[in-house]
Amino acid sequence: MIPHAISNLNGWLAILAIVISSSAGDVLLSRGMKQIGDLGEVRRKHGFNFVLLQILRNRYFLIGVGCMAISFYSLLFGLSWNEVSLIGPAAASLTFVANAFAAKMFLHEHVDHRRWAAALFVAAGVVLMAF
Amino acid sequence: MNSRKYLVLAGVSVFAPVGDSLLSYGMKQVGNISLNNIPELLLAIANPWVGLGIVLLLGFFASYMTALSWADLTYVLPASSLGYVLLALIARFALHEQISLMRWLGIALVSGGVGFVTSGPEVTRRPPQHLSNDGVAAEHL
Repeated sequence: MIPHAISNLNGWLAILAIVISSSAGDVLLSRGMKQIGDLGEVRRKHGFNFVLLQILRNRYFLIGVGCMAISFYSLLFGLSWNEVSLIGPAAASLTFVANAFAAKMFLHEHVDHRRWAAALFVAAGVVLMAF
Repeated sequence: MNSRKYLVLAGVSVFAPVGDSLLSYGMKQVGNISLNNIPELLLAIANPWVGLGIVLLLGFFASYMTALSWADLTYVLPASSLGYVLLALIARFALHEQISLMRWLGIALVSGGVGFVTSGPEVTRRPPQHLSNDGVAAEHL
């Protein structure tokens, strides 16, 4: 009973860590990439090495990758304690919704009714697909 | 949106779920890891399935960065979620697994969400940005 409770608690702690770090990482990476511009076009104009240098010099990218690393190890930790059928859908669906809020707040994206509907539909769909 | 951009979104869709599945398979072989033994978590990448999963996730990451350079985060995430549907369809038609009614409903919802977001513009239009000395658009937030 107690090991099961610990397993559940660790699983949900991992989900919380994944949602927070993944959303922060997504927002930072998105901001960093928008600063650089369309990678395909920049590569055509200046070459691959230039693109790589711009990405590796971008502080939002670097902090974003750090957040993604935390998210990745939280996922591994969660998977070692609980089923992928819980960790995967729960973390993914909550991250979709958290990202919509974060993108509106921090990136000032135009999240219209269509995008809210998309985030909620996908979040609900991901949960149902675990059954 | 052109075919190159759709191809990038397809890369995001396919690499992530397949990579996650390989990680899951590998971590089941590694076993439970305690919070008191974090270095064991770092050693988990020595497992070949975890390693292969990481390679695919690197492919996902490159596609994802490219997509985020020309599309909004709230466009890329739902639009690239078709990978979940793809995995379920592979399970049904290639692996001949049974798909429950709930899962079909989930597939319909995810597909509907993708349909919603891809019917709109991929990026929020903003006033032109000034360029800093190193050629990178300056912050405007």
